[in-house]
Amino acid sequence: MEPFTTHTGLVATLNRANVDTDQIIPKQFLKSIKRTGFGPSAFFDWRYDEKANPDPSFELNHPRFDGRSILVTRNNFGCGSSREHAVWALHQDGYNVIVAPRIGEGDAEVPGFADIFRNNSFKNGLLTIELTNCQVDEIMDLVEANEGLTATADLPNQELVLHVEGAEKRYGFEIDPGIKNQLVQGLDDIDQSLKSVDAIDTFETKHDNQLAEVIL
Amino acid sequence: MGKTLFEKVWDRHVVKELDDGSSLLYIDRHLIHEVTSPQAFEGLRLTKRKVRRPDLSFATMDHNVPTDDGRLSIKDPIAKAQVDALIKNCDDFGVNLFGIGHDWQGIVHVIGPQLGITVPGLTIVCGDSHTSTHGAFGCIAFGIGTSEVEHVLVTQTLRQRKPKTMFVDFQGTLQPGVTSKDMILKLIGTIGTAGGTGYAMEYGGEAVRSLSMEARMTMCNMAIEGGARAGMIAPDQTTIDYVMAGDRPYAPKGSDLDRSIEMWKSLPTDPDAEFDRTVVIDASDIAPQVSWGTSPGMVIDVDKPIPQPGEVSHISAVDAENAYEYMGIKPGMKMTDIEIDTVFIGSCTNSRIEDLREAANVMKDRKKNDRVKLLVVPGSQEVRTQAESEGLDVIFKAAGAEWRWAGCSMCLAMNPDKLAPKERCASTSNRNFEGRQGKGGRTHLVSPTMAAAAAIEGRFVDIRTWA
Repeated sequence: MEPFTTHTGLVATLNRANVDTDQIIPKQFLKSIKRTGFGPSAFFDWRYDEKANPDPSFELNHPRFDGRSILVTRNNFGCGSSREHAVWALHQDGYNVIVAPRIGEGDAEVPGFADIFRNNSFKNGLLTIELTNCQVDEIMDLVEANEGLTATADLPNQELVLHVEGAEKRYGFEIDPGIKNQLVQGLDDIDQSLKSVDAIDTFETKHDNQLAEVIL
Repeated sequence: MGKTLFEKVWDRHVVKELDDGSSLLYIDRHLIHEVTSPQAFEGLRLTKRKVRRPDLSFATMDHNVPTDDGRLSIKDPIAKAQVDALIKNCDDFGVNLFGIGHDWQGIVHVIGPQLGITVPGLTIVCGDSHTSTHGAFGCIAFGIGTSEVEHVLVTQTLRQRKPKTMFVDFQGTLQPGVTSKDMILKLIGTIGTAGGTGYAMEYGGEAVRSLSMEARMTMCNMAIEGGARAGMIAPDQTTIDYVMAGDRPYAPKGSDLDRSIEMWKSLPTDPDAEFDRTVVIDASDIAPQVSWGTSPGMVIDVDKPIPQPGEVSHISAVDAENAYEYMGIKPGMKMTDIEIDTVFIGSCTNSRIEDLREAANVMKDRKKNDRVKLLVVPGSQEVRTQAESEGLDVIFKAAGAEWRWAGCSMCLAMNPDKLAPKERCASTSNRNFEGRQGKGGRTHLVSPTMAAAAAIEGRFVDIRTWA
């Protein structure tokens, strides 16, 4: 996996909450047996009209967002199906960073990202950043007001910097240290786990294999 | 302090605690289907690796397969390529495959328990979010992405961070006509689609204890719709009876079974264990549920009006407005006034023999509404065979239903079974997102009896009071 340290790019906004993975990559594209080629199909049903032309009413199709690589959206992004194709589609469509807010408090708190999607994103070097709702409100306003606004996601320093002319805005974010290390170093999960193969061997001999043993 | 069911199963499966703070968790059963596995097997070919435990790996075809009589030859070349890839991969890597035409083929989360692959106390994963279904046996079971599928194929483990735990206590007894589908829809309607994010849920209480295994599977199936990757129910005598029933080819037998039963009985949550969060639901108050919007959290009692924007705390006004427009409904409307075009009885949520019996009971000696298209799709070939031996297919066909072969079918429209734009469907599946059942399709999630009654009437009815 490519290491992720910093990324600077144009910021685009998708001001919708609960964007599920069926929206991010509809099921007809899951028939592919490849890991590539999903980019043009990201947000397919919103992105294209009946004649397969880009739908101008879809905010991400606006010309001001051409070349964008940082997506700012709303809470619970990536909910629904576990399809990793959703991450592949976004990444291959040019997004390297996704920013979403957690909202609410206590038992009513809703995270920025759904669990399975977030987990899948780390395996592919797609950085997900969770900020507060106020911060995302602010960023959306700044993007609206400043065409061509770029930002830098700095993973080692855990900071998202919006390059507003004359007045940079900085937003600190939290990330699990283990995940951060994995992304910064571009570590492959399987390679890492194979270093523990002795432990797996030992576990298997002790684990109640009778339950695991399936003999027909 | 005592341990929860989740903690007991987790602790039994930790191979090693890793430097990054996660755990390396052993995986007892790896369920595989044609959609999320091709790239994983391709990864093995590229790195010249083998499947570590082909004996613990079980594959089937369910998402892509047609469910009509012509199903043995798939017309869609891309779908066919995916199915062929699975056949080749299983052959090359020695993985058990129950493909189209095999007696044991079916929806992956239906065949696991049927075949005795799923038994209590295991860790079970699959590249499909409804893997939570197997939690009904007291298993830690959850969905994974394709990269993790590859990781399990190579190492038979997963790197996992322990989630928080939530207990949902369903107190009291259900009203007649109310099912476990209504219980889980009610829960999601209460906590929202992200209410369980970051948690492993356990369902308990009197109403859960009274459920059959198939009814429990329906509940655990939809844990992910509430945001929780895993949803579990502690094993009890009902569970043991299920595993021992009939001849489940992969279930433990003889002295192996005796030892297993002893372990299973030790799994339920200890009385002094603590959960990070507890939710209490009055089961006796649950009415038949119908989803009105474009997420499983947008759900209402059948006899209540569609809520106003902002009326439900976990649904923003914007999301509600978008949902009304997509679904062609208005706040204040009664669900019982809403007419439907199609009824789909099937999916990993509700396609087991008990679901079909309940639906058949409603449809017996009745005919569907003329306008309605009615599809009944059994969850597996075994369910289909059993349903036919009980004459259920005769009832369905006499009512005007299309009696199909096993597969995911109209749940996600990845095969020829799909809705046309604006077509309204009463569905026993698990997701009503925009376009889920076909672009522009309008999905309403309900229980099998509610779906069957809707097919007869052509609109939603309250099954409790419907003749």
